Amino acid sequence: MKGKYWALLMFAVWALLVASVAAGDDDRRGGMFKRPPGVEPVSNPVYAEECGACHFAYQPGLLPAASWRKMMTELEDHFGDNAELEADVQEALTSYLVNNAADKSSAKRSKKIARSVKDVAILRITDVPYIRREHKELPDRLVTGNPKVGSLSNCQACHTTAEKGIYEEHGINIPGHGRWDD
Amino acid sequence: MKSEILSLLIVLCMGPISAHAGTVDSLLENYQSQGAGSFDAERGKQMWFDKHIQKDTGASVDCTTCHGLDLSKGGKHAKTGKPIDPLAPSANAERLTDAAKVEKWFKRNCKWTWGRECTPQEKGDLLSFLRTQ
Repeated sequence: MKGKYWALLMFAVWALLVASVAAGDDDRRGGMFKRPPGVEPVSNPVYAEECGACHFAYQPGLLPAASWRKMMTELEDHFGDNAELEADVQEALTSYLVNNAADKSSAKRSKKIARSVKDVAILRITDVPYIRREHKELPDRLVTGNPKVGSLSNCQACHTTAEKGIYEEHGINIPGHGRWDD
Repeated sequence: MKSEILSLLIVLCMGPISAHAGTVDSLLENYQSQGAGSFDAERGKQMWFDKHIQKDTGASVDCTTCHGLDLSKGGKHAKTGKPIDPLAPSANAERLTDAAKVEKWFKRNCKWTWGRECTPQEKGDLLSFLRTQ
């Protein structure tokens, strides 16, 4: 009798382990264990409005604090665009970005980003070594040669759950191509 | 009493149509206090379509590069391709209702398109054109 309970307990432990490994495979929310997203989603409505007006509102956890700090002092030439903000807004958004930057975040992909960046002056998310690595097998024809994508900086064109900070493989849908498996 | 109800009804009916009126009027007043003369929608329209060569890129741009040729239809960001909602108040009641927003985008977009800030006179002419769209 005792042996039977023991076997049941062992089975339960095994099942839990299998489930947690499966859940650990990606950064989806839900399932048996609620996994946090790969990077924390945007939580600042002013940031979403101001920065999201022109481009995908990249999550603060996609770049280290030093990158955001530098970028926010150069808004009059923001990758060729003028993105100047009123001084108080600029200050508030800089703190938001710096406080939630990759090197301040415990989210899985933010940590990987922070670990991979050696050069503190990186300004482009697409220059982050970890992100470059993750995309290196993608042929150009699916990105720059794809009119519905155009650039690797257009996250949400393929990562259908990018806005939630979820960049796992299951959520990828490349326009004109479909799913992507490594 | 009857006339009060009538005028209330008129105001209620007009409200959504001219949501931008108060904001635009006070912006225009403000520009005049900064030295602008009277405003001309026709001049504003010309400026809207005036081509400029960007110093850094050599590209020929005007306001329609991003806002599209039809102001009631919207456009898209020249670089990122992100859709831009229609700028015509007739198609998008939110437009020209927030003075700070108007000034922010004048500042950014005049610099991007013309390589300098717009003068109060130019902003007033442009607004006079845009409000009729």
